[in-house]
Amino acid sequence: MGMSMSQKILAAHAGLKEVRAGQLINARVDLALANDITGPVAIKEFVRSGAKKTADSSKIALVMDHFAPNKDIKSAQQCKICREFAAEQNVQNFFDVGQMGIEHALLPEKGLVGAGDLVIGADSHTCTYGALGAFSTGVGSTDMCAAMMSGECWFKVPAAIKFTLIGKPRRYVCGKDVILHIIGLIGVDGALYKSMEFTGDGVANLGIDDRFTICNMAIEAGAKNGIFPVDDITREYLKNHFKREVREFAADPDAEYEREYVIDLSKIEPTVAFPHLPENARTPESWGKVKIDQAVIGSCTNGHITDLRMAAEVLKGRKVAKGVRAIVIPATNEIYLQALKEGLIETFIEAGAIVSTPTCGPCLGGYMGILAENERAVSTTNRNFVGRMGHSSSEVYLASPYVAAASAVAGYLTTPDALAGDTLTGDGSENATNAANGTKNGASGGATNAAENEVKR
Amino acid sequence: MKVKGRVFRYGNDVDTDVIIPARYLNTTSESELAAHCMEDIDGEFIKKVQKGDIIVAGDNFGCGSSREHAPIAIKASGVSLVIANSFARIFYRNSINIGLPILECPEAVKEINAGDTVSCDLSSGKITNESTGKSFTAQPFPPFIQEIIADGGLIKHLKKENR
Repeated sequence: MGMSMSQKILAAHAGLKEVRAGQLINARVDLALANDITGPVAIKEFVRSGAKKTADSSKIALVMDHFAPNKDIKSAQQCKICREFAAEQNVQNFFDVGQMGIEHALLPEKGLVGAGDLVIGADSHTCTYGALGAFSTGVGSTDMCAAMMSGECWFKVPAAIKFTLIGKPRRYVCGKDVILHIIGLIGVDGALYKSMEFTGDGVANLGIDDRFTICNMAIEAGAKNGIFPVDDITREYLKNHFKREVREFAADPDAEYEREYVIDLSKIEPTVAFPHLPENARTPESWGKVKIDQAVIGSCTNGHITDLRMAAEVLKGRKVAKGVRAIVIPATNEIYLQALKEGLIETFIEAGAIVSTPTCGPCLGGYMGILAENERAVSTTNRNFVGRMGHSSSEVYLASPYVAAASAVAGYLTTPDALAGDTLTGDGSENATNAANGTKNGASGGATNAAENEVKR
Repeated sequence: MKVKGRVFRYGNDVDTDVIIPARYLNTTSESELAAHCMEDIDGEFIKKVQKGDIIVAGDNFGCGSSREHAPIAIKASGVSLVIANSFARIFYRNSINIGLPILECPEAVKEINAGDTVSCDLSSGKITNESTGKSFTAQPFPPFIQEIIADGGLIKHLKKENR
């Protein structure tokens, strides 16, 4: 039996010819990442350990993005700890306000992660870089500290699940719908400890930003990592960004997969995850009329330039509904500048949205858009847990930039198609949604069955 | 290492946002984090929890963010052990790394209710529900992981080894 793509990258970094699922290995890390939340904990451990110097400061990245620009004195202290550590240890890849962006959009843009890399990060969405053909996974602050000290990390080699993508997404359907659909199918622990390996002809119909979105949310199915094969789209992106040597790995033809799914992209509908789990995936016919108070378009999941283009396409010439607060957050300064050049920022402001500096802010209920009691947000972020974006009675509906923008205009959950068809009454009245009652594997929506066949071996 | 305490019982998919909401992540102080542990899922937890108490939960405990603040908050609140059907991957690793004992044991989870008194021998994995007299055996950690936990976490363990 051959190895999966993830296993081949792990083997190469452990100096082994082959590895097997379940094997414990120690592997060299190409980049270890932390942010202003997890960095201080790792630094505290580093100091506690008595270590004097990092193994290789060029393989460390610290990004001030979660509560930066600082929301309060305590957050400012956290950033100060990171800033001082970076100066003391000569960490060149320290990104502060002005150079920073949301870490998982920033590091690929800066060319710090690429195909064949092994990346760990003290942030669960570190799995994003699988889009570039890297093995990347989230760890905690202690593992981050150990990697700063040794340049290595131990891993249990994951088994893999294969997702064969076929077909082409229809209009107004993007990577976000694909991954919400898949999480609805397999559940929030459907890929626990495993690699989600995407393959098939349909991959060519997904741009690099769609792939970032899909890999970003692999953790929401419990996965250790998500990974895409390296193709011309990847190579083109890496050519323009990546500074080191590209190492292309591919799964062996006889690689062992624990399960296989075939996903027909052309059959995927706009998909929203209802509160309070990302697996509560529903398609429009089962949305009901969910009135919203806030729309957030941004985050490491959907703050890329193509995401902003999707939102602007819907918002162009329209107005955000009265009573809805629309917040757009470009993920990096470069994306912000590009959006400015393309006139997207003007579109957002004219529509009645606000545009924020890059920050994780509202996604984790930090700042820049916190929800009050019983409020609802449609959001392009990645988690809709209880209290994720504010008060413990508030609700988050995870959606694509298309759906978030259309919903901001309508005042309740809707699609660009429905908006264009003017099939709405627009009175903003509200029906009970029983959102929290959604059951596992999309059964409540009853609409996630069309697009997939599970191939059991 | 033996532990014993009263049980707080939770369901499936207890996520790190309810274990310690992000609004409190602007500190690394263990006592400050503990003061808000489980706040969004069980406001009574922090008022009632006593040193040695045990959390028992269903599938996928600790899903979500990589914040090590989550197991830190649980440990600092006084909890001596978390028993669940399964743990989310990063939480599992973080718990070992900071020295919070955890065990996977679906048989025990089925037979333990809130308020029961439970004892456990971490070296053998034997769990006893003292309130009902029933016993269960979880797969114990291999000795080197048990040592990390007993030493209070990976960094303290490495420091001791290098001494």
